[in-house]
Amino acid sequence: MTVSQSAFRSALLDGAEPVPDGLIDGLKRPAGRRYNVYRNNVAVSLTEALREGFPVVTKLLGQQNMDGLAGLFLRAHPPQSPLMMFYGASFPAFVAQMPQLQHLGYLGDVARLELALRSSYHAADTAPIDPATLGSLTPKALMAARLTLAPAVRHLRSIWPVHSLWRFNTEPGAPKPKPQAEDVVILRPEFDPMPHLLPAGGGAFIDALRTGATLGAAHDAALAETPQFDLTPVLALLIDGGAICALN
Amino acid sequence: MSNTMKTLAVAGAVAAALVGQTTTASAQAKEKCYGVSLAGQNDCAAGPGTTCAGTSTVDYQGNAWTLVDAGTCAEIDLPDGRIGSLEALDRDLPS
Amino acid sequence: MLDATPRYDRLPNAPGVGYKPQHFAQILDDPGPVEWLEIHAENYMGEGGRPLAQLRALSERFAISVHGVGLSIGGEGPLDPDHLARLKKLVGWLKPASFSEHLAWSTHGAEFLNDLLPLPYTNATLTRVAAHIDQVQQVVGRQMLLENPSSYLAFAESTWSETDFLAEIAHRTGCGLLLDVNNVFVSATNLGYSPQGYIDAYPLDKVGEIHLGGHDEDQDDHGAPLLIDSHGRAVVDPVWALLDHTLDRSGPRPTLVEWDTDVPDWPVLATEAARAATALTRIAA
Repeated sequence: MTVSQSAFRSALLDGAEPVPDGLIDGLKRPAGRRYNVYRNNVAVSLTEALREGFPVVTKLLGQQNMDGLAGLFLRAHPPQSPLMMFYGASFPAFVAQMPQLQHLGYLGDVARLELALRSSYHAADTAPIDPATLGSLTPKALMAARLTLAPAVRHLRSIWPVHSLWRFNTEPGAPKPKPQAEDVVILRPEFDPMPHLLPAGGGAFIDALRTGATLGAAHDAALAETPQFDLTPVLALLIDGGAICALN
Repeated sequence: MSNTMKTLAVAGAVAAALVGQTTTASAQAKEKCYGVSLAGQNDCAAGPGTTCAGTSTVDYQGNAWTLVDAGTCAEIDLPDGRIGSLEALDRDLPS
Repeated sequence: MLDATPRYDRLPNAPGVGYKPQHFAQILDDPGPVEWLEIHAENYMGEGGRPLAQLRALSERFAISVHGVGLSIGGEGPLDPDHLARLKKLVGWLKPASFSEHLAWSTHGAEFLNDLLPLPYTNATLTRVAAHIDQVQQVVGRQMLLENPSSYLAFAESTWSETDFLAEIAHRTGCGLLLDVNNVFVSATNLGYSPQGYIDAYPLDKVGEIHLGGHDEDQDDHGAPLLIDSHGRAVVDPVWALLDHTLDRSGPRPTLVEWDTDVPDWPVLATEAARAATALTRIAA
């Protein structure tokens, strides 16, 4: 009687499946609930990883709901890598398609934001440029300059008040979210990623930078979307957050 | 906006953004958000033993899952034709 | 940028602890008897940020042990080449004093199950595990230590005792062994054998490191005690006694206290390390 790893795995995430034959205790009796130790290790450790990785989604839903949702997710999407710090990459999409959560349309985007914070935390280090370099360029050279964003910079655009939702659930006394679309940039000046609300047009501006547009073209792209776009606060945010790591 | 005006606008914005820059330097020890640092750590500890959710024979098919308690979403009112309240949770459950 | 100058080419015969980021400042400030730290390899496989910066800073003060928890050395499938490459990269820049992994499996097909799952002790398992260890030692470019598991059940098909199995693996591959004394106590209790007898049968000359940790208590279907390797509390007295029993036979070894869940404040962990220091001092005397 051999127990293959396929057989061992198959009952692991399905409490209704019988414990595989051939697993025994010290007296050669069937292992019975001893096998549940492994079932629990897997399900509980993955549930905790999701709870810790998505604390705001957990808070929004309530922990009992989150644990149930995690139970569904971990069975549908077990980790594909041993790096638990990146587990849950497909959780935002999973949340967004759950029929039972359609009335909480923003949950998927909040999960995207939390995933982006984690990935920013583990991203490569780079030294930001000296901001004075930007100031030394002629206006014409500035228009043609391409800004490279640091590897830890993340941004996301949402039709929901995703930044306000995050603040409301992480910052004591933060105001209730208002119904509005919000674009967010995550900056990690040294080691601590922080989400910042982008002014209108900021999302389009960073989208354009990411695709290799010059400063002038990115400014145009933002203006095309938001005619009153103001570049100053967006640039100040990026410079202050050490987000620009190269200038070409 | 003419190209010249755009150029001036960008140059002005850069100059304005450079005013009042603060230098940021934090020690490796200073952790502003532990939540992120502790999320998804690998370890070799075992879990809660023989009884708990992992052994549940609850049907883990998605349509059997129902919302039971309420988190902060119940306090948030974001109209998109729906409201993040408990009534809405009930209404949306598949029959 | 990713390069550490190793100050230690081996772990000292002194107490170490499993490193937790929340203890960073206090460990540097007041390490107490702790002379070395162990990290879980997978938590330092990101591209950068605070984890790697902290590790670099700690490696200047302490000998570091890299302890992998995700390689799935006992897996029926091939080792994950991406994960091997990540281990090689980490060990390459950090140049740790020790590198270890588990006698267990955790990956099946493309899935990582995030637990150390058990193996039958058969000739087939022996051949497979030995081949995987050969591959690891070749790719990573150094000897590894293999840790004995905590067992909650056994396989009817097993034909080897765990101690003979580990001795044979070490003999075939040239790997060293990491002896987890708490795991011995947990497995012996759970499967009804003598923990002292296990130590007496164990190839102690191959031991490069000892682990200690706390466990929880549960029961099986027959009401028999079932200990769970939770790493969530202090080491119990019978495990300290088993450590003494081991050290009496092995001589002093690098001895680590693991505390992974419900992680206490630093002074509590340092007190556990001090107790390990006492056990080591007793041997030296």
